[in-house]
Amino acid sequence: MSSPINSTVSFSGWQRADGRKGIRNVIVVAYLVECAHHVTRRIVNLAESLDENLPGDVHLIGFPGCYPNQYAYEMMRAVCTHPNVGGALLVSLGCESMNREKLLSEIIASGRPAELLVIQEAGGTKATIEAGIAAVKRLQSEAAKVARVPMYLNELIVGTICGGSDGTSGISANPAVGRCFDALVAADAICIFEETGELIGCETIMADRAVTPELGAEIEACVAKAEHYYRVMGFGSFAPGNADGGLTTLEEKSMGAYSKSGSSPISGLIKPGDIPPAGGLYLLDVVPDGEPRFGFPNISDNAEIIELIACGSHVILFTTGRGSVVGSAISPVIKICANPETYRRLAGDMDVNAGRILEGEATLDEVGEEILQNVIDVASGKRSVSEELGHQEFILTYKAFEPIGPSCLPVRQIA
Amino acid sequence: MTQTADPVAPQKPALAPVILLHPNDNILVCVKHISIGDVLLIDGETITSAAAIDVGHKIARAALTAGAKVYRYGAPIGSMTDAVAQGEHVHMHNMKSDYLPSHTRSRQNKNRSEL
Repeated sequence: MSSPINSTVSFSGWQRADGRKGIRNVIVVAYLVECAHHVTRRIVNLAESLDENLPGDVHLIGFPGCYPNQYAYEMMRAVCTHPNVGGALLVSLGCESMNREKLLSEIIASGRPAELLVIQEAGGTKATIEAGIAAVKRLQSEAAKVARVPMYLNELIVGTICGGSDGTSGISANPAVGRCFDALVAADAICIFEETGELIGCETIMADRAVTPELGAEIEACVAKAEHYYRVMGFGSFAPGNADGGLTTLEEKSMGAYSKSGSSPISGLIKPGDIPPAGGLYLLDVVPDGEPRFGFPNISDNAEIIELIACGSHVILFTTGRGSVVGSAISPVIKICANPETYRRLAGDMDVNAGRILEGEATLDEVGEEILQNVIDVASGKRSVSEELGHQEFILTYKAFEPIGPSCLPVRQIA
Repeated sequence: MTQTADPVAPQKPALAPVILLHPNDNILVCVKHISIGDVLLIDGETITSAAAIDVGHKIARAALTAGAKVYRYGAPIGSMTDAVAQGEHVHMHNMKSDYLPSHTRSRQNKNRSEL
């Protein structure tokens, strides 16, 4: 980018007991099985209708499965103890496998207020909803006591994802995010890009950017794993809308998606729930390990957003060509629209119009700077468009991961 | 002197904006909708488009033979399954992935049977 950002840029964050800082102070209300979903949603809706603040301060999350899954537990723990979260209410039916007591105690150990309601013990639907609304109020008043402290760019984690990509994504929005990432990495922030299944075809050039040859080998191996996994699924990570928008092949989509990563060296390879140890650019491997067992790695974009949040992302940069509307209140989603025609149709859902690049009205550098300014504004408290619209899509499904290998985080070994 | 439009003169066809992303590419990307009859300027040559082409879609920079690798961003993004002339639309009907086959709403079953 033309002007290096001032590393003294600061905003007001929430100081968490674990040393991390948040840019939001959201209360999450989590169902621990689909059977508790309705009760939990009612608690969130009614608590919000009583809340004088704008929507978004109470966030519905959950896991639908009754069978145990280590990944799902870790994701719930990571999201409930995310620095943007000020407190958590867990809602259990009572007979599902999720270890609710352990989850509750881990959230409390993180220094956050947390409560648990078990529908079978609380007296059923109506009683649990009533108790839940009261619990949210208590959690909100506890969370309001958390100290505000100055927070700097080098304490910020920014994730990026593309959804509803088309033939313009890789020309405008994605490389513009890449410019923003380069500036953030230069300011020692942590940047995360992901979806190895959408990087098939880019493995060699990506491996060349790794800070060590061993990390490069891990990156190539994880893309090979993704290709195998998707081959077994029978479909690449390629939606019909991608083809409508001019993308023909997975590797064409990959090359466009890859440009979101910018040009910084790749400092590490992480898996969902891993928090990068130091400033730099990281690749998030979202494809499960072992033989494919539970279906598609991520059944929709929302699952990837949740994994980026579980890795500590405070803000998500979401590029779209066809037009996506999704968001999150835990970590605000900033929409960067690649296609000028889509922007005109869906302007009310977009934060940045990168389509101007195609119409010769702005340069990549200019849009990159605009994205960076949006990151700083949202970190400073301004609501992103999807956040203002109340988007809270959340999806968590079964997966299995092995821990990352010793070559995946060379920076940790150096430090 | 003020110029006025001559109602008899044929309307000059619109010059369709297509962009080259990398010097080694053999496709160009459409950045504004192309209508049938629009003129494409490709490496100094003008070609009248026989098809309507949407934003984000690709056209051949030069004639391509079946089996030719397609380059975008300077990188291979698949292979031609049919030959195309310069300026023709390059997409699912004449091009394929060298990795995993792409699916559309109507091609899902076909891909499944390829397993």
